[in-house]
Amino acid sequence: MWVEIKAVFLKDLRSEWRQRHAAGSVFLYVLASVFVAYLAFREIADVPTWNALFWIISLFAAFNAAARSFANENGGRRLYLYTLARPEAVVLGKMMYNALLLLIMVFAGFAFFALTLGTVPLRGADPAALVAALALGSLGLGLILTLVSALASHTDNNLGLMAILGLPVILPFLLILMRFSKNALDGLPWSVNGVYALQLGAVSVLSLALSYILFPYLWRE
Amino acid sequence: MARNWWKVLSALLVLTTLVIGLKAPLAPGIAEVSPERLAYGVNSVTVTGYNTRFAEGEEDLQVWLSNGTQLICPYELSVVNDRELRATFSIPEKTEDAFFDLYVNNSKDGTVMLESAFMQKDLTVVASLPENERNPSCVRKPAVTEAAEFNFPNQSILNETIRNLFFHVPAWFTMMLLMGFSLAYSILYLRRSDMAYDAKASDAATVGLVFAAAGLATGSVWARFTWGAWWVSDPRLNGAALGVLVYLAYFVLKSSVNDSEKAAALGAVYNIFAFVMMMLFIMVLPRMTDSLHPGVGGNPAFSQYDLDDNMRMIFYPAVIGWMGIGVWIMQLMNRTSALKRAKILREYA
Repeated sequence: MWVEIKAVFLKDLRSEWRQRHAAGSVFLYVLASVFVAYLAFREIADVPTWNALFWIISLFAAFNAAARSFANENGGRRLYLYTLARPEAVVLGKMMYNALLLLIMVFAGFAFFALTLGTVPLRGADPAALVAALALGSLGLGLILTLVSALASHTDNNLGLMAILGLPVILPFLLILMRFSKNALDGLPWSVNGVYALQLGAVSVLSLALSYILFPYLWRE
Repeated sequence: MARNWWKVLSALLVLTTLVIGLKAPLAPGIAEVSPERLAYGVNSVTVTGYNTRFAEGEEDLQVWLSNGTQLICPYELSVVNDRELRATFSIPEKTEDAFFDLYVNNSKDGTVMLESAFMQKDLTVVASLPENERNPSCVRKPAVTEAAEFNFPNQSILNETIRNLFFHVPAWFTMMLLMGFSLAYSILYLRRSDMAYDAKASDAATVGLVFAAAGLATGSVWARFTWGAWWVSDPRLNGAALGVLVYLAYFVLKSSVNDSEKAAALGAVYNIFAFVMMMLFIMVLPRMTDSLHPGVGGNPAFSQYDLDDNMRMIFYPAVIGWMGIGVWIMQLMNRTSALKRAKILREYA
């Protein structure tokens, strides 16, 4: 099982590396959105606004990134993939790949966001909690949206349906995430903030388990 | 008939709870007082009642204020009509509490009270009055009512809208039950790949959405009257809105795929995934923030304080009745969709 997951993961990584411009489009999306925000706001000193804007940009970038995860496998190629690996391994491999992609994207996006929109809200931040928020957030977004992307990839209107299906499912997660990251920016202690980290972790694990159970029913279609 | 008894029962329950829930009067209560502040010395106040019979029960009418351990009786009392009375109080300089509770008692209405009816104005509030400044209890033995007619509690702010409990809460309970059915049928579809289960899952979700719309509408009206806005940003309300969005998305997903078996599988997977995620968040999310909604964020549910026996007597049958009606509608939809499927099959055969 692990061998198969690793193989799917590495295959995605390699094919992404071969089409660097495609992966670059997701990064460019983040860069462009942050730049638009910069032109609109110049500088944001207000912590909740800064925090909310960052996660909204990350959310839509995550949608864009996840929507591509099954785009390469259509028709014959999909069938070939499933003869090589179990569907559970395919979805877990894709989830891990998506989580990694988003991890890089969120951290890079965060650096660029802080660079352009000002570091005022970062002054009182708890660095460890902030890193945890970014990591858990990108992980959760990547994991939850992979199954949604698998659903949407079976339809003609991939990106549009992705938003319709994904937003209501991801929104509660996003609310917890925003709360967690805002508390981290405010420098609240772990005793207050730890429970949110726990919830984010629990939701990620749950979405992993659900995808593991449900995906095998999906790939045959 | 033997198999349909529950349909008759549900219809009867809904009908009776509808009639009694809307027709039974509210218990007598105090709607408002004016002025709302009491100062040192003589204060004349007007008390407006709701469903009260001040004039009819005038001979044994008693009015008193309660403040800490002290009871204050008016030295002048006059009844204007059944709904209105005037009382003149002499308020001492020192009180034990910043708020006065108002009690009205007569043999027609029983004891009616308005909590924190008046606020003190320029009085000295002390922890407890010294022994020599306390006045003896001025209240006579309160009159008891002859067996009151069937009525619902009269609570300030809620007032007549308390009846909405019989419609708003059963609507959401029914919606949850139907979404549970939808989930179960989706699981069955994935296990057995029988299109009948897919139709049942989507029928259950359709009827569930109708009840969700009813729940949203009644809730919105209720929020307008008690909280002052048609919609407030509240974890319970936002959770409900998200739940509705999820099922709308479910229908969009199903209709955006032409191959009906593929649509069924996609729909079933999304139904299960979304249901579990929603349930998780509905458990977790309201605990994050305070909520105005009863039963959320440390806010007691209705049953603890506000549901008296008369309310229960209507509320529980209403829940059972509406749930039965919901399941009945779902079954009717199942049967029509089964007929439609059979007709399509016949046409292509």
